[in-house]
Amino acid sequence: MTPALAFDLLLIAALLWSAARALTTADVFRAVVLFIVFGLLMALAWARLGAPDIALAEAAIGAGLTGALLLDAVGHLRAKQREPEQ
Amino acid sequence: MKAWRTALTALLCAGLALALGAAMLALPGFAVRLPGQVAANLDDSGVAHPVTAVLLNFRGYDTLLEVAVLLLALLGVFALSLHGSGHARPSAPAHPVLQTLARLLAPLMVLVAGYLLWIGAHAPGGAFQAGAVLAAAGVLLRLAGLLPAWAQPGRLLRGGLALGLLVFLAVAAAALAQGSLLQYPLAYAGPLILLVEAGLTLSIGLTLAGLYLASAGWRQ
Repeated sequence: MTPALAFDLLLIAALLWSAARALTTADVFRAVVLFIVFGLLMALAWARLGAPDIALAEAAIGAGLTGALLLDAVGHLRAKQREPEQ
Repeated sequence: MKAWRTALTALLCAGLALALGAAMLALPGFAVRLPGQVAANLDDSGVAHPVTAVLLNFRGYDTLLEVAVLLLALLGVFALSLHGSGHARPSAPAHPVLQTLARLLAPLMVLVAGYLLWIGAHAPGGAFQAGAVLAAAGVLLRLAGLLPAWAQPGRLLRGGLALGLLVFLAVAAAALAQGSLLQYPLAYAGPLILLVEAGLTLSIGLTLAGLYLASAGWRQ
């Protein structure tokens, strides 16, 4: 087994694991972090597939901006839970 | 009952995945070899990178409409936030380390965005990636508490949001006077694409950052 093939198999396993965990985990914050991890791994996968343009866009938009938006949403939800009267 | 339902859902999902895989395998071969055509016409596109050539020249329509859709999405966010309570709660003061880091990183990110815009003509990069980096800089500054949320976007900001689409439309209209829409004259194709991409970078950066900054004004 060549190192490249081993890396690809590892990448596939990590992608499937992070996707499954992001969908099934009960804690919202943890799910968002796993989603960001999934986005970064997906960017790696695009780079391995020879599509650096898509890898750049995925890392910046898929992982970075979407992650920031989702984290902000989690913050809003927590703030609302803490002060339910307002 | 619940386990039964989960098993049924998993079975249906697996069936759908199998059907999709079978459909992919049953696809007929390509009628037109698009990569070959792009490579053959690359010299006429004004840029040396095939992805940029397709996005800004051969399939310029798609990019033009994509930018319009992006702007419409932000208008939707604006409509929602103007409908809401309006007043942004002042954000909690951020950690000084985060503030220093943001101050150091933001100029570097602007530099990277400019590099990505310039390199897009002959290597992976281009307006969308550069705009995304600009937007990330905006979000980072907002998280560090150095940038206010957009409670009421001013005229300059609105102009910047529309600039990319307007430049693209102006270039398309100018090309229409010469012949057909978005068919750049050969001699000016490179500079025109750079002009369009520069406008798009600014507008995409502002729009993507705006999706975050406008909704950050919703607190309350």
